[in-house]
Amino acid sequence: MTDIAEKPDVAPPLASAARRAQVARRLKKRYAAEARFRFLGLLAVSVAIAFLVLLVGTQLIQGVPAFLASKLEISVTLDPAKIDPDGTGDPKVIGDANYRDLLLSALQTRFPEAQDRRQRRDLLGLVSTNATYDLRDMVLAEPALIGQTVTISVYTDDVVDLYRKGKIEVGDPDAKLSDFQVQALAQLEADGALYTTFNSALFVNSASREPESAGLLGAVVGSLLTLVVTLGIAFPLGVAAAVYLEEFAPKNRWTDLIEVNINNLAAVPSIVFGLLGLALFLNLFGMPRSAPLVGGLVLSLQALPIIIIAGRAAIKAVPPSIREAALGMGASRIQTVSHHILPLSMPGMLTGAILGMAHALGETAPLLMIGMVAFVADVPAGFTSPATVLPVQIYLWADFPERAFVDRTSAAILTLLVFLLLMNATAIYLRKKFERKW
Amino acid sequence: MVTTDQAQPKPVVMPLDGPVKIAARGVNLWYGAKQALFDVDLDVGANQVTALIGPSGCGKSTFLRCINRMNDTIPTARVVGDIRLDGEDIYSPAVDVVHLRARVGMVFQKPNPFPKSIYDNVAYGPRIHGLAESKSHLDDIVRFSLERAGLWKEVADRLPQPGTGLSGGQQQRLCIARAIAVSPEVILMDEPCSALDPIATARIEELIDDLRDNFTIAIVTHSMQQAARVSQRTAFFHLGILVEAGPTEQIFTSPLDQRTQDYVTGRFG
Amino acid sequence: MSSPLLILVILGLTLVGFWLGRSGALRANGGKTRGLHSLPGYYGYYVALWCGVPALLIAAAWMVSQDALVSNLVLAALPADAAGGDPARMTLFMTDVRNLAEGNIVSRVVDPALQAAADHYVSLHQMASYALTAVVVAAAVAGLTYARRRIVPTLRARNAVETAVTGALMVASILAVLTTVGIILSLLFESLRFFHQVPLTDFLFGLHWSPQTALRADQAGSSGSFGAVPLFAGTLLITSIAMAVAAPIGLMSAIYMSEYAGRRTRGFLKPILEILAGIPTVVYGFFAALTIAPFVREMGEALGLTVASESALAAGVVMGIMIVPFVSSLSDDVMTAVPQAMRDGSFGLGATKSETIKKVIFPAALPGIVGALLLAVSRAIGETMIVVMAAGLAANLTANPFSAVTTVTVQVATLLVGDQEFDSPKTLATFALGLVLFMVTLCLNIVALRIVRRYREQYE
Repeated sequence: MTDIAEKPDVAPPLASAARRAQVARRLKKRYAAEARFRFLGLLAVSVAIAFLVLLVGTQLIQGVPAFLASKLEISVTLDPAKIDPDGTGDPKVIGDANYRDLLLSALQTRFPEAQDRRQRRDLLGLVSTNATYDLRDMVLAEPALIGQTVTISVYTDDVVDLYRKGKIEVGDPDAKLSDFQVQALAQLEADGALYTTFNSALFVNSASREPESAGLLGAVVGSLLTLVVTLGIAFPLGVAAAVYLEEFAPKNRWTDLIEVNINNLAAVPSIVFGLLGLALFLNLFGMPRSAPLVGGLVLSLQALPIIIIAGRAAIKAVPPSIREAALGMGASRIQTVSHHILPLSMPGMLTGAILGMAHALGETAPLLMIGMVAFVADVPAGFTSPATVLPVQIYLWADFPERAFVDRTSAAILTLLVFLLLMNATAIYLRKKFERKW
Repeated sequence: MVTTDQAQPKPVVMPLDGPVKIAARGVNLWYGAKQALFDVDLDVGANQVTALIGPSGCGKSTFLRCINRMNDTIPTARVVGDIRLDGEDIYSPAVDVVHLRARVGMVFQKPNPFPKSIYDNVAYGPRIHGLAESKSHLDDIVRFSLERAGLWKEVADRLPQPGTGLSGGQQQRLCIARAIAVSPEVILMDEPCSALDPIATARIEELIDDLRDNFTIAIVTHSMQQAARVSQRTAFFHLGILVEAGPTEQIFTSPLDQRTQDYVTGRFG
Repeated sequence: MSSPLLILVILGLTLVGFWLGRSGALRANGGKTRGLHSLPGYYGYYVALWCGVPALLIAAAWMVSQDALVSNLVLAALPADAAGGDPARMTLFMTDVRNLAEGNIVSRVVDPALQAAADHYVSLHQMASYALTAVVVAAAVAGLTYARRRIVPTLRARNAVETAVTGALMVASILAVLTTVGIILSLLFESLRFFHQVPLTDFLFGLHWSPQTALRADQAGSSGSFGAVPLFAGTLLITSIAMAVAAPIGLMSAIYMSEYAGRRTRGFLKPILEILAGIPTVVYGFFAALTIAPFVREMGEALGLTVASESALAAGVVMGIMIVPFVSSLSDDVMTAVPQAMRDGSFGLGATKSETIKKVIFPAALPGIVGALLLAVSRAIGETMIVVMAAGLAANLTANPFSAVTTVTVQVATLLVGDQEFDSPKTLATFALGLVLFMVTLCLNIVALRIVRRYREQYE
């Protein structure tokens, strides 16, 4: 025991004073390294945040103008000779009339100098292609208008809109504006016939090839239907699985396997879920393509692990004393769970479910696999009718060549981000409101 | 100074007869709003072992951590007062905390070797402070420190193995060797034996007694027997107040304060 | 009867069952609750379960298999020449039959054979639906009567109901396993069909990828080649670029937030970084294609380099930024888990903060950090939208970050979008790619999760 106090056979390597001097000499260098390191950390955080600002900023800059659109006010004479020459009042006759011609005459009345075909075509090119259909629908809805001269507001062509917003110059290859059109626009502008207004088409229309009448309504409804299916399947199943794993499952290799499996599933690439959906739901079960039902099923399989993991965490947070108290009163395990554990852990589970839904709302890739990329011009009628969802709509618009779709894509992105923000805010609110310290 | 309890009797502090290494005057410490030390005045003598004793939560560890400013790492801690190392105020802005800690080393309650090899554990301090001029010099420092800590014979043939693989007592001696390797002037020990078995404890106690030749040592301990065995001077803390300080023998045989008497005779604590 | 209506009818019967069970138990016990083994409600649930569960299970199984069965019957009844023996053409034919039956647009001229098949299809479905209604309602009523008969005051209804509920909970938890099994089986099954047509070695080691095959035998065009090495290389390139961005930024952010930032700064910075993880990938894809790619291109050209308009660099950088929050929050967790004693030990020796981080905390947390990085790699490999929108389709075998490359996920996504023949190697190839993707990410995930878990246990 006493050999512990052995005296070393080596002399102390440094005398105290020498050591102090040495430490002091290096201090400056070490603090410089410290400052550098700290700066690198700050830099990393700043880069990430700068990127976020850039990302959201470009979307705002591109997207906000798309919430406004140019409209042209024009007087159209609804000449009965052109619409319904025999005065039949038959909707089929009225519907088949040449409204393009009506629109053209209205424009020609305003610009009598337009004589040759090219100039007339240019005039029509100022307004949206869909303006003729709008006009037709108006007359069909109110046949009494035939014979009168009405003032209508139509969306301008997307190029005119971009030109008015200063997003393209006349010389641009994108801007197919002729000199005549530019002059005509200047005149209309001076008349006050051209004006900028809220782009309601973006929210009341569905997909369209024409940027000025393309809208998000169909995609929003599609997303909503898909999420309803996802929530309806994933939430009850996720809660049930979480309850079983936390409260009933014996701790053995089988439950270990389930546990590992759930953690893995949460990290499986989303596109693999798409392949599963394609092979299982579409090919094996013969479910309809492009349907919110199938999309919801695929997303619910994907959201399930997230909800189970959140649910288990919420159940774990309930102190064992409550469980023991209930069991001690003679409640069965099911009663303990349904009377005490579930109500107490519900806020946590809901928070997890909302976050899972927010994730599902932003998901694109697996939905491409099951055909939710179809061009759907109508608002989906139900869970089995063809539909698309917001992120897929963004993907589709991003691919369209028209310059005006760039802005609209950003506007769609902003809309999606607002939805996500609302969902996350709700989750945070729930968490804060029901946060409990045991 | 703030809020000293006026009802308390003045601390009984016997003056040192040797040279003073550390002199603390009027040290107050707050953790957030809670005050943990009240006006502590204490001298630590050079090349001797000073034991800090007292019941749990009395502030003895807190005071120890003030001496090398380890409390700086706790964001809510605030220290007011004056602690001098060789007459130099260690809380003055001119003092660099890194430099200070190279002079005042520390050994902790639970052995905390880094998850590195035994060699790298001991070489850590010399490396960060740039004390070794060459590889062989560093080898010398490591060997010297391990020998000084009485661990060399046990680990000489397995220096590349992880320090976490040693037994608890060996780990703590490794931590002492790690502290010695920087060749500090003072070594602070915060209940270094509380996690160890009696045999390992005995070896560390011998080691402490031996190290006194080269270092000034302040040790916090829960065990009065340990304080009696290893220290020359003892300070008794109670509720954040220094109650009594004096030669160890006197504290244990004829304390001047009633509370010290009660504590050392085992009436509370 | 339409299926929602049928389900409503079963639910109605179940309600009746609940009421019968409850009142039956009370009546059998002379109207008193006391003396019953369980609360009266449990007898109600008991009958309701017997009534509803078997009936709904039968209905579900029937609905799932009905279409396949009807299709086979229709095909079997066809005159031999209508669709030929070719399974691919049969599938197309059935699609038309279905479309015609449902009044959708049909892709071919409606000939009598098709019309007859469609009529046959409709009538079979009609029949099947009547049969379904009959069988399901019968099952519900049978279950109800059986359970109602068994009700006596001593019946341990609560135990029976609770066993059923526990069973249901267990089934829910097994569903996660079934999903994995489903993924593996469907990928494996389709991949095997692919490997019948294209040898495994050609797929794994072939250097040329051009999946366009001729649609008809008489059509001119290449027969398609399925050497996936360019895809693997492209995936690797983009993943490397992404990790080269995400690893340093993520780690340094984690270090800054866990070791340097004060509590308030941390509480403010952490959620901001996590927003990056919450932004949908399609948004990143749009941003990469529209903002970053042109920027990279201009930068490259300013430096005199030729840069493809869809460069691997742009996609990789944006993907890297997307992964930053994964790396930072996971490594933040593991570094916070390093015990305070390690920090104290280092500070006590006079180390500065950065020395402590670099020499003590980082090495101690290394296994956990490696786990976090592996998870991030798995995420990068499986990421689809960014690469679909920003990386392009050209299967170049190159390590040049300025050129366009394609990845496994891009090919899977693009080959399956649009019209597809389900038996062509082009379509089946996506499942083989999916299988490779799943296997690689599975291994990464298992290894990473195990490392992280073991690391946590070490410090608990």
